[in-house]
Amino acid sequence: MKALSEMNRFMEIFVRSFSWICGIVLLGSISCIIGYLFYKGLGTISLGLIFGDTNPTDALLLREQVFDGLFPAIFGTFSLVILSVSFAIPAGLASGIYLAEYAGRNVRGIFGIFFDILAGIPSIVIGLFGFSVAVFLHRHLSDRIFPCLLISGLSLGFLVLPYIIRTTQVSLESLPLETRVTALALGATKFQNILYVMLPKSLPDILSGVILAIGRCAEDTAVIMLTGVVASAGVPKSLVSHYEALPFYIYYISSQYTDTQELLSGYGASIILLIICAFLFLIAFMVQKGLTYHALYRA
Amino acid sequence: MKKGFETAAEKMFLLSALLSVLVTLLILGFMVILGLPLMKGGHFFSLLTQGWSPRHDLYGIYPMMMGTLAIACLGVAFAFPLSLGCASLVSVLAKGRFAWFLRKAVQMMTGIPTVIYGFVGIFLLVPLIRELLMGGSGMCVLSASVMLAILISPTMILFFTDSFDRVPKSYTDAADALGGTGVQKLVYVILPCSRKGILTGLILAVGRAFGDTLIALMLAGNAIQIPGSFSDSARTLTAHIALVIAADYESLEFRSVFACGIVLYLFTTLTVLLLRASENR
Repeated sequence: MKALSEMNRFMEIFVRSFSWICGIVLLGSISCIIGYLFYKGLGTISLGLIFGDTNPTDALLLREQVFDGLFPAIFGTFSLVILSVSFAIPAGLASGIYLAEYAGRNVRGIFGIFFDILAGIPSIVIGLFGFSVAVFLHRHLSDRIFPCLLISGLSLGFLVLPYIIRTTQVSLESLPLETRVTALALGATKFQNILYVMLPKSLPDILSGVILAIGRCAEDTAVIMLTGVVASAGVPKSLVSHYEALPFYIYYISSQYTDTQELLSGYGASIILLIICAFLFLIAFMVQKGLTYHALYRA
Repeated sequence: MKKGFETAAEKMFLLSALLSVLVTLLILGFMVILGLPLMKGGHFFSLLTQGWSPRHDLYGIYPMMMGTLAIACLGVAFAFPLSLGCASLVSVLAKGRFAWFLRKAVQMMTGIPTVIYGFVGIFLLVPLIRELLMGGSGMCVLSASVMLAILISPTMILFFTDSFDRVPKSYTDAADALGGTGVQKLVYVILPCSRKGILTGLILAVGRAFGDTLIALMLAGNAIQIPGSFSDSARTLTAHIALVIAADYESLEFRSVFACGIVLYLFTTLTVLLLRASENR
C-alpha cells in the first residue's frame, strides 16, 4: 500500500511538472519568436517602409509606382486574396450545400474523402499543379500565357476550397431540427429553405471559416512561389502579369539580402504580415462569437 | 416553373461539388502526365530508391525522401510530448484564467504565417544551434525539426484538448467523487478515453510535417544527401520541388519534381484513409 502511494506521489509530481514545463516551453518559444521580430523590426515600421519616397495618396490611387517600399507586395497580396476568395467562396458554398443537403450517404462519404485529400495536399504540390497548368496552356493554347497573378489566385483558391466546403457543410449539418423543418412545413421549397433560413442561420460559422481561409491565402508562400510571384515587379498591371507578395518578399529577403537596410525591411514586412493575419484571426473569432450579429443579418 | 428552378439549383450545387472532386483528381493527373517520360517502363519505383547524380543521369529522389522522413519524424517526436503536456495543462491541470489564456494563445499561434517562423528561425534559431553544435552552418535537420515542432504543435494541442473535453462529464465527475487528483483523473480516465482523438491529432500532425515546405527550405540547408546526424544538412521533397522549378522544364532533372509531387500526393491520400479508418474503428 505504501509503495503504491509512493508511486502515485511520484506520478503526481512528474505529470504535473512535465505539463507545466511543456506549457512554459511553448509560450516561451512563441514569445521569443514574436518578441524578437518586434525588437528588431518595430523601429522600421513607418509610412516610408510601405511607400518609399512616393506620396502615399498617389501610390494608393495607383498614379505613381512605388519602387523602394512594400506597397506593391501588399497590393499583390490583397489582389491574390480577392481573386482566390472570389473563386473559392461560390464553389465552396455550393459544394458544401450539396454535401450537407442533397447528397446521399454514400456520395457524401466518397466526396468527403476527396475533399479531405484536397485539404491535406501540401501547398507546394498545389503550386506545382498551378505551374503545370500554366505550362500546359502555354504549349497548347497560347504562348503568351505564363505563370501569373491569375494562375496564383486560382491555385490559392484550390488550396482554401476544402476549408470553405467543410465549414459550410458542418455548419449546415449542425443546425437543429426545428430550424430545418419550420419553413418546409410552412410550404417553402427546399431551395427557399436553404437560401432564406439555413444559410442566414449558419452565416457566422461560414463567415469565420471564410476569414480563416483569407488568412491562409495571405500567408501562403509555397503556392505563389511556383506560380508567378517575383521579387520586384511593381503593382501588377493585369491579371496575366507578374506580381509581388508579402510572404514571398519575406522569404526572398531572408536568403538574398545585401545590406542591413534590406534585412530590416524584411523584419518590417514580417510584422505587417503578422498584424494582417492576427487581425483576420480576431475578426473570425468575433464573428464566431456572434459579436457582429447585428451588423450581419439583423439590419 | 418553380420545380424547374429547384432542379436547376440542385444541378448547380452538384456541378460545383463534382468540379471540386475533379480538381483533386486533376492535380494527380497533371503530375503523372508531365512526369511520365521519367517513369516509362516501370521506372517510378527505381526512382524512389535511386540516389541523385545528374552527371550519371541519375535523378532518384531517395535522398529527399530520407530528408523529409528525418525532419518530419524528428519534428513530430519533439511536438507530440510537448502537445500532450500543453493539452493536459489547458484542459485539466491549469485552472481559470491561465488555462483560458493558454488556450487563446495556442489558437492564435495557428494563425501565425509559416514564413515568419522560417524568417525568425534563420536569424534566431540557426545561430543558436550553430553555437550549440559547435560547427557547421547551423542550417541542419535539428534546426528545421525544432521549428517544425513549434509550427505543428498548436494544431495538435487543439485536437487533443477537443478530445479531452469530449470525455463525458459523468466519467470525470466519478473520478472527482472518488477523491482522485487532477493528475489521476488525467492519467486513468481522460487519456484512455481520448485515445482515438490523440491518434487523429497525431496523424494530422504527421501529414502537416511531411507537407511543410518553407521551414525545411529555409532552415535545413538543402544539400542533397541522406542525413546521417542531427547536424547534417538535408533537402526535403517539398524543398526540392521549390528549388528545381526554376530550371527549364524539358530537362530530366525537372521531371523529378513530379515524382516528388506524386509521392507527397500519395502520402496525403494514405493519411486521409488512415484517419478514416481510425475514426470508424
